[in-house]
Amino acid sequence: MNLFKTTLFFSLSCLVNQAFAQDAMVEHGNEVYLHWCAPCHDDGPRRAGTLALQFVYKGERPAVLDERTDLLPEYTKLIVRNGISIMPPFRKTEINDEELDALAAYLARNNN
Amino acid sequence: MATLPPGVSSADFSTALEQFAEAVGPDWVFSSDEDVALYRDAYSPFWGEEQELVASAAVSPTRVEEVQEVVRVANQYQIPLYPISTGKNLGYGGSAPSYSGSVVVDLKRMNRVLEINERNASCLVEPGVSYFDLYRAIQDQGAKLWIDCPDPGWGSPIGNSLDHGLGYTMNGYRDHFDAHCGMEVVLANGEVLRTGMGALPGSKTWQEYKYGFGPHIDGMFSQSNFGIVTKMGFWLAPEPEAFRTDSVKVYKYEDLIPLMDTVSYLVNSGIMNGRGTFGSPLTRNSAKDPALEELLSRPGGPDPRALERYAAENDVPYWTTDLRFYGLEKANDAHAEYAREKFSAIPGAKFEEGPRHRFPLTPEQQKTADHIVDFGIPNMTVFSGLAMQFRTSDNPNFGDLFYAAVIPKNGEAVFEAQRVFTEVASEFDLPLRFFSSLPSTWFPRAVVMLFSLPVSRNIEINKKTRAAFQRLVQVSEEHGWGEYRAAPAFQDLVMNAYSFNNNVLRRFHETVKDAIDPNGILSPGKSGIWPKRLRDA
Repeated sequence: MNLFKTTLFFSLSCLVNQAFAQDAMVEHGNEVYLHWCAPCHDDGPRRAGTLALQFVYKGERPAVLDERTDLLPEYTKLIVRNGISIMPPFRKTEINDEELDALAAYLARNNN
Repeated sequence: MATLPPGVSSADFSTALEQFAEAVGPDWVFSSDEDVALYRDAYSPFWGEEQELVASAAVSPTRVEEVQEVVRVANQYQIPLYPISTGKNLGYGGSAPSYSGSVVVDLKRMNRVLEINERNASCLVEPGVSYFDLYRAIQDQGAKLWIDCPDPGWGSPIGNSLDHGLGYTMNGYRDHFDAHCGMEVVLANGEVLRTGMGALPGSKTWQEYKYGFGPHIDGMFSQSNFGIVTKMGFWLAPEPEAFRTDSVKVYKYEDLIPLMDTVSYLVNSGIMNGRGTFGSPLTRNSAKDPALEELLSRPGGPDPRALERYAAENDVPYWTTDLRFYGLEKANDAHAEYAREKFSAIPGAKFEEGPRHRFPLTPEQQKTADHIVDFGIPNMTVFSGLAMQFRTSDNPNFGDLFYAAVIPKNGEAVFEAQRVFTEVASEFDLPLRFFSSLPSTWFPRAVVMLFSLPVSRNIEINKKTRAAFQRLVQVSEEHGWGEYRAAPAFQDLVMNAYSFNNNVLRRFHETVKDAIDPNGILSPGKSGIWPKRLRDA
């Protein structure tokens, strides 16, 4: 019985720790998003990224990046490191790999 | 590794990379194809072609001592270096080097705001600090100070000022190099130099007084390859109480002449401390009327008299100017009233009062106000112009190549420039945006005719852009105009136009270069300045 309780406690602890870690990662990703992405991809007038995606998606998907629910982490990383159209890539001295993981987790937080 | 520095053996390069890693840490030397590709110029007009300027590797120090060590290693193995600050100089070369095979010294991680001095209205920063970073640091400190920023806020105050970049607020701050005070430079031999009062050990006035004692050499480190700037001081503006903008409308083609002269008088006499910008509702960008569109689409450019008739028939002005006043509200009102009197000397001129603001702006005002760089607030909205291309194309051009010629600040010169540049536009079948491109007024005593030429992943479009750029430089030279700034791929061309007395200016630079960088490791070719070993080659 004691062993069962200990195992259960340990398992729950792991789950809680993972959840906390995921929350912390998403929160960190939000900071990265606000610093690097929001100036072009936030809601508001004359945001280049939002404006371009409005024309591209024509209302089929949200034009504001962090309202999306279909951004796979690997896709986010690919775009950040390669750029797309008028958006240049971002170097590792700007967004390092850990920050990119966090950003990708943030943008995927509401994925279906 | 796709590219090696020319003349450097693979073994030496590998050893140098190892020594760079010892200096900055192994995580901050980038040599894989994937990592080095991040240093390509995303808006390169040579993208994917043999002439594209590409790096061999990148190294990213965080401290000045690490920069010194990188320079020492580069000297030992004769490896060309190319320092970048934030690396976002898109349209003027981005993060790519001026000489293919260079190792980019990426200073983005030197990102400390070292001092914000509200009393002296100054700051001291490192190269990796962006305008966003500096703005946030000032806000966090609660200092009532303004920065002056260029259109994209991700740029570096150091990088931008060294490239003679410009901003939008008050006279004395818009010319970013002019607004600097003191710099720290790692020389090609690895020594650290401080300019101005910074040369005085224990100096109390490094950001207070520019010149120190003896020759003032700061300018030698702008648009040059004589050192790596690791710190710079800047003067900042105390937050003004208020702002007002007014506009003046005039109705004849030649009215631009007294309009510009009056704006110049107001600026040069200190009555107007902001920019006077020029516009016209008759430009292509504003055209909604097919009849106007037809006039503007005339081969060779529009006929000024036909446009004048159109303006009269439709009761629209030919030219407009927007005036900007910063400071005490009462003083702004007095200055604007004086300006109204001065412009009334132009027959038919109409003076209209525009929006007014008091500072600080509310968060809502910051989000919605037009052109908030006028208030020293960094943002990225300038890219919305490129984004608008998606309205009519699924695959628009990727970016711009900027051509920026310095023209006299008077109406006659603008007429001539419009005529000359419109002819080039016709020759290369470029959109006649040249006519609608009115002079930019960052400088107090000259204007810039700034054109963005399309850059694409389509080689044919890029070839045409390059040919047009070369032609623009040529016709500018023929008319006594020169560029103030250019992408590295075109810097030889531009520097060669500055050819007075058998190119004595460039030859002087070469003499300096050979003396202080005998191995020619720093940014070979920057601004058309090549070290001896590559000149001879």
